[in-house]
Amino acid sequence: MADEVKLHGVTGSPFVCRAVIALNLKGIKYEFVAEDLSNKSADLLKYNPVYKKVPVLVHNGNPISESLVIVEYIDEVWKGVPILPQDAYEKAQARFWAKVIDDKCLPAVFKAVSSHGEEQAVAEAHEALQFLENELKVKGIKFFGGDNINLVDIAATFVAFWIGAAEEALGIEVLSKHKFPKLTEWSDNYVNCQAVKESLPPRENLVAFFKKRFGKA
Amino acid sequence: MFKKSVNKGMEKVKLFATWSSPFVKRIIWALKLKNIEHEIIYEDLANKSPELLKYNPIHKKVPVLVHNEIPICESLVILEYIDETWKDAPRPLLPKDPLDKANQRFWAKFSDDQVLPSFYGYIMKQGNEKEEAKETTLAHLKRVEQLLSEKKFLSGESVGFLDLVFGWLAENSRPLEVVTGLKLFDEDSFPNLCAWRDKFLEVPAIKESWPDQETLIAKYQEINLSKGK
Repeated sequence: MADEVKLHGVTGSPFVCRAVIALNLKGIKYEFVAEDLSNKSADLLKYNPVYKKVPVLVHNGNPISESLVIVEYIDEVWKGVPILPQDAYEKAQARFWAKVIDDKCLPAVFKAVSSHGEEQAVAEAHEALQFLENELKVKGIKFFGGDNINLVDIAATFVAFWIGAAEEALGIEVLSKHKFPKLTEWSDNYVNCQAVKESLPPRENLVAFFKKRFGKA
Repeated sequence: MFKKSVNKGMEKVKLFATWSSPFVKRIIWALKLKNIEHEIIYEDLANKSPELLKYNPIHKKVPVLVHNEIPICESLVILEYIDETWKDAPRPLLPKDPLDKANQRFWAKFSDDQVLPSFYGYIMKQGNEKEEAKETTLAHLKRVEQLLSEKKFLSGESVGFLDLVFGWLAENSRPLEVVTGLKLFDEDSFPNLCAWRDKFLEVPAIKESWPDQETLIAKYQEINLSKGK
């Protein structure tokens, strides 16, 4: 019986991208169902009635929502390249950092971007990103997963790719190289990983999106 | 930075806690369900211990589980760590099936991201905002009610991960009613939820955890009085 795997999403979403990277990392064949968020499909509303958001993974008719829940599900169902470490403590560390990214880094970066680089917002984004910078520095690692990418790297995809596009679109600076040398180096390495490269949306589309969404008239 | 050492011999488990945190309580319940010997250190959040700040420098919050000198933070992360480290003892908190597990993780997030904040809003806010928070919370609870439609516990046949995550709801609903007169959900509209609450509170590991219902009522009453209500 062949697996039927569908992913409901939009190409510009960093959350959807997490799921795409996980699927590509494992070499899973899937159908991408492009959603129009201003006109959501009946399926999406059926599969994610609580949030009505993307991404939603549908595996043999069973829906899974929330990007990090999806990534862990993918890791547990399909063996091959591991996304989470085996060791319980290492796993806990990975989940902890993924949560730091979602709870602290993402909201702060979003505010810095949507406020057009307002000073206080950027300062708070820097504070949040400093946690990630320190983690890379202290551990002396290439990726958050060590020699290979893991859940934390995948969770941080927006740092590696979305921030740069927003900076270009709005003429602001959030992830400066001199302040975040490790994170900058990590970003360059990360976007060049095969599975990541084939999962990222075209940069010019993202830049155009940021201009349209947050650009000044 | 904490280096993990080989765990041979005596397991030493410490939990940094406060009596009132719903996030802490779920860990205490998990430790009791798994029969894990542990020491609880109650923190004064207005005067955090240097140990807490050392073990959780990013969030500076409780709970923090310290297992053989190694800290683990974030309650949902801690629960999964406990389940994976003390496997099966006496039974797993999370199901083996990846889809069931994903569902429980989804609803756990729903508890913490949606239900708890709106519940707090309902208790703390006044006037229109209070009413709105109540409506939002009830809408969320309707979903939880539905989850319980074919099940004894949120995790299935026996108490597990998702029950511990939503346990704050079971534990606080009656004390809240007694102390403030606020009755969030009743037996007519939420029969499953009420039945689940009663069953949950009867589970020995839950029942024997401190603070119990009477102590909670007394402590909340104390807080209420000090607010001059």
